[in-house]
Order: sequence, then C-alpha cells, then structure tokens
Amino acid sequence: MSGDGEDTARWFDDAAGPVVRPYAMTRGRTRSLTEEKLDLIAVVIADTLKSRSVADQTLSPEHLDIVELSRETPQSVAELAAELDLPVGVVRVLIGDLLHAALVRVSRPVPPAELPDEWILREVINGLRAL
Amino acid sequence: MVFGHSDRGRSSVVDPVTLKILVAGGFGAGKTTLVGAVSEIKPLRTEELLSEVGRPVDDIGGVEAKTTTTVAMDFGRITLREDLVLYLFGTPGQDRFWFLWDELATGALGAVVLADTRRLEDCFAAVDYFERRGIAFTVAVNCFDGATRFPEETVRDALDLDPDVPVMLCDVRQRESTKTVLISVVEHAMKIAAEQRQAAGG
Repeated sequence: MSGDGEDTARWFDDAAGPVVRPYAMTRGRTRSLTEEKLDLIAVVIADTLKSRSVADQTLSPEHLDIVELSRETPQSVAELAAELDLPVGVVRVLIGDLLHAALVRVSRPVPPAELPDEWILREVINGLRAL
Repeated sequence: MVFGHSDRGRSSVVDPVTLKILVAGGFGAGKTTLVGAVSEIKPLRTEELLSEVGRPVDDIGGVEAKTTTTVAMDFGRITLREDLVLYLFGTPGQDRFWFLWDELATGALGAVVLADTRRLEDCFAAVDYFERRGIAFTVAVNCFDGATRFPEETVRDALDLDPDVPVMLCDVRQRESTKTVLISVVEHAMKIAAEQRQAAGG
C-alpha cells in the first residue's frame, strides 16, 4: 500500500490534514459540559425562538453551524459530525457548550438500557417492508 | 431527559425516535455496500481521530477489488416515518477498533453480521461480541461473485450459532435482499424482548 514513492510524496490539500487541529475548536477540551456522553443517534434540536439571534461572541463558527443545521431539521450527533467533517468527539464538546447555553436541546441524550416498545419495533418492520 | 414524543407545546415538530442497527463483519465484507443499498442518503462517515493510524497494515489478501478502508463508522439513514428514523452503522472493520464498538452497541436494536465465506473467520469476533452482550443479530452471508455458495446450515455449523439465530444468504448490493436481512434483525430482536419480558414476569 505504501510504495517507495509515497514516502517522499508531499501532502496536498485534504491529504495534509486539517489546517486547524480539530480539538483547537474545543479549546483543547475533550469532554463536554454534559455529564453523559451523547449518543451518536441523540437528536439535536435548536430552540427556534432563542437561536434566531445568536450573537454570543464566545461561540465559534462551528457552534453556529450546529445551531443552523439543527434548526432546519433535527440532526443526530453522527449526522452533525459528518456534515461538519469533524470528529465525533469534537462535535460532542461543541453540543455540550450549546446545551449549556440553552441554545439547543437534545432528545434522548443517552441510549436506553432496554429495547423500545414492541409497537415501535412493529412500526420499524412495517416501515422497512414499505420501503 | 426528553424521551421520544416531547410535550413541549411550542414546537409543532415531534421529536423523532431514533434507532440504530449495527452492521458488522470483516474487512471488505460489504458493510458499507449494505448500508448504501437501503439508506436514503449516501452513506456518511464519522471519524475518530485515530482513524488513519493503521492503513499500511490492512490485510486485503483474498479480498479483491476493495480499495478503501472503513477506518471509522460509515452510516446511513432510513426515515420510516416523520418521527421514526433508523440509522445503520457499519462497525469499524478492524479488531483494534473494538473499543468503539461498545459505544455503538449501547442501545442498538440489533445487528447484522456479514459473513464472507472466503474468510468466515473474520466474523467470529463479531458473533462472539453480540452473543456475549445479548444483542439480537442475524448472520447474512454475502454471496460474492466467485465465492463458493454454502448452504445456510453449513455456515451455521461453522460459526457454531445458537439454533434461533437467523442465517440468510443475501446480496448486499440489492435493496430487497438487504431489507429482508434488516427485517429479520428486528423480528429477532422482538422475539428476544418478548422472551425477556416473559422471564422477568415469572
């Protein structure tokens, strides 16, 4: 996979990695303000009333992107990470900030210990059949 | 904690219920292809920072035509109803990413273990993992072009599966075939849940 020529090759654009190291966006924090680790499929919903005028100077462009994206449609943590092209760990920290500032809320932040109700599972099966 | 249907009257949008099914299997078994066959979006990728570490050592012996490595988690989305969304997560294909599995597996509805009969041993670890955690899984034998077809029973014996674990042949490139596999996972999960309820109720 790594041929001889590749070792000396220079890295360009995306191959060179991000210009800003991802955790610089979190100011080096790897843990979010929330106690629990947000589930990958926890859904982030921007509070439509408050988030319309987000002028908080402590927020980074990435914070605002999250608010913007989740205002249009509720977004899962995984989708936000993919959309912003940021590691999940970084996105979790940013969402934690937004939660703390009450700019977003998160539906079902941690995974439930038990399987969903039987009727939900039936709905899933019916939904899959109808695809 | 807000759970499922929110009763915050202000918002007209109901909080969606999100569910996840994992897609596990060896490197090159077709996990991302399966996700792509049913997902309404092109499979997205979430990454953890260590993702590039092991690239040069990936073993692609016997796995033809695989050019990219699933180093992180590829996932797809199926909106079953406006407020019911199913996510499919391809698990990291290499053993050294096991620690990411725990996070993925927590709260999962169930899992698909994709088996490639040319390298059946690649899915032993996944089968073992889901068995230990009591997570419902279906073994889907991906019928690759050029790979010898084995009857389901042969695969079941080779993997030493419990008799109630569904085993099915599939073609992960086909939407219908993949749908059938996913339905089998949910049905199996329902059965397990019913058994657990019965056991708990005496």
